[in-house]
Amino acid sequence: MASVAHIAEHSARDLIDHLPLLQVLVPFCTAPIIVLFGNRSLAWPLAFISSVISLIISVLLIISVREGGYISYTLGGWAPPLGIEYRIDATNAFVLMLISTISSVVLPFAYTSINDEIRSRDHSLFYACWMLCFTGLLGMVATGDVFNVFVFLEISSLSTYVLIAQGASKDRRALTAAFDYLIMGTIGATFFVIGLGMLYMATGTLNMADLADRIADQGANRTIRSGFAFIIVGMGLKVAMFPLHLWLPKAYTFAPSAVTVFLSATATKAALYVVMRFIFSIYHPDFSFAKNTLEIIFLPLAIIAMFSASFVAVFQINLKKMLAYSSIAQVGYMLLGIAILSEAGLTASLLHMFNHGFAKALLFMGAGVLVLKAGGSFYTQISGMGRKMPITSGAIVIGGLSLIGVPGTAGFLSKWLLVQAAFERSSDNSLFLIVALSIVLSSLLAVIYVWRIFEVLFLREADKSIPSSEAPIMMLIPMWILAGSCIWFGISTDLLYDVANQAALNLLDGSMGMSGSILDLGVK
Amino acid sequence: MGNFFEFEFLAGHIHYLLFIILMMTGLFIVVDKTNLVKKIIGLNIFQVSVFMFYVSIGKVTGGTPPIFPMDSNYHVDQAAMQSNLYSNPLPHVLILTAIVVGIATTSLGLALIVRIRESFNTIDEEDILQIEQKMTREDNQKYKDDLKGML
Repeated sequence: MASVAHIAEHSARDLIDHLPLLQVLVPFCTAPIIVLFGNRSLAWPLAFISSVISLIISVLLIISVREGGYISYTLGGWAPPLGIEYRIDATNAFVLMLISTISSVVLPFAYTSINDEIRSRDHSLFYACWMLCFTGLLGMVATGDVFNVFVFLEISSLSTYVLIAQGASKDRRALTAAFDYLIMGTIGATFFVIGLGMLYMATGTLNMADLADRIADQGANRTIRSGFAFIIVGMGLKVAMFPLHLWLPKAYTFAPSAVTVFLSATATKAALYVVMRFIFSIYHPDFSFAKNTLEIIFLPLAIIAMFSASFVAVFQINLKKMLAYSSIAQVGYMLLGIAILSEAGLTASLLHMFNHGFAKALLFMGAGVLVLKAGGSFYTQISGMGRKMPITSGAIVIGGLSLIGVPGTAGFLSKWLLVQAAFERSSDNSLFLIVALSIVLSSLLAVIYVWRIFEVLFLREADKSIPSSEAPIMMLIPMWILAGSCIWFGISTDLLYDVANQAALNLLDGSMGMSGSILDLGVK
Repeated sequence: MGNFFEFEFLAGHIHYLLFIILMMTGLFIVVDKTNLVKKIIGLNIFQVSVFMFYVSIGKVTGGTPPIFPMDSNYHVDQAAMQSNLYSNPLPHVLILTAIVVGIATTSLGLALIVRIRESFNTIDEEDILQIEQKMTREDNQKYKDDLKGML
């Protein structure tokens, strides 16, 4: 792989050089095309095709960066730090792949689910919104410019509010859920912009790599520290970090099933990636305030989230709401991995991001099927459905097992790594023994709430009025693809682990600054 | 922090103080008011405070507006451009984007309020909360599910 020390001018030669931009541009252009055609039968195929193209692009990207290094793409030929730069390394390629995989897998599922849950005249606009949300999430992750992160964050957020509000045809509470999220999300995003403004005041740049260089040069001052606080709080809202999670349960419960599947697996993860980027690449944990934030704020809040959200989940009587609370708890594990502040912890966190994305998407899909068949996701409505649709419920069981972290599933790997990381740190700080213990204990709470799904689905009498039939094939295939990957990544652990480990190493290296080793995508 | 209460310091940082006051006003309205439209107004004030913050940080003391100086023939005056001290236009450009985002958020919020008004028949948060609590209670009653399988 030829490494070019410095790319002065825009030197793209062919399509493959444009991959970092195409990753974002393909879904972005699909959205207006869908609206312009306005044809209901064309909307879904267009969305699906562009989503698959994004997936292919993200796989190509991750293949070229999985060994380390990064690809720098300069927008419009303006060299960074003045121009906007897209910078793809193992870390964001990993998250890009998660997002585009989930979108490609969920869209076939969404086709049937959306037909059932949303008025048909809204369908083409719905898929346009989906594409915009998808664009926003990909853009947030792909870009190397902090203000660009904000723009894409808002693109994804605004379309998310619309998507959530679509649940109103089933339950009017979706409207207030979307409104609450709009208020909180906007406050979060505005906090983020204030933070960026402070960074710009202190450094005069918006390029991530340049920011990192300049912050490292001049050290921390009050402006830089308060910028950090604003950015972490603003993004924490989007991540649903424990005390800032209030928008999440309602939004996930009342949104259309397909939207919940998509958001639960991608939205919080993309925001979490941004948090990681800021803590590790732009700021650096060597700064005492960054380190203290992790150890004094993130760590306890993560543990509280793991226990309290799991505990609340146990007592829910609605499957979707239970899974929403479980999401908050799982975000706690990911934040814990960051707060452990070691290579193992970060690897575990990134892996858990991926594994939880898959498992939770699978479970929410299961909930979506049950909503379709039984008309709702309350436990009494879905009693005994497992016996009526064993193939569908089999996938739900696998998702549940992966959520608990049963050996043989993907969830086990990431939780195991997390416990291991905590033990590693316990040699110099015995408090981390408690952390390791709390990971195990809170997993026991997960056993309880997942067991409740099994008990409801399989051990109860079924409602006689619901015909016993499997889910439509368009829903079954995505579910089993995810279920298969939950098992596959649980057994064949190397592939994902290597990428996640490389991603963690990239983060821990700090930013490579303006002069790292740039990979050349084109002629090798 | 020693000079915080001195007049020169406060006067020199007046734009930050105004930004903070406006920001807190906006946040307070969002949190305090139960009328959803007022919440959106509060959100707007909050966002506008950030716009002002950005616009003010672009100002360079003694700087002119960032416009090319012209000579008498309406050509760019190269000599004047070299010596000219001008304000930083970049934050202004950035905040244009944020203003657009703000408009989008406001319109979406107002559209949601219209829909909320149609289906809840009120735009007061307290009333909506009561309606929703009633709905939740009914749900809980209808789909009551004790932990019987668990014990």
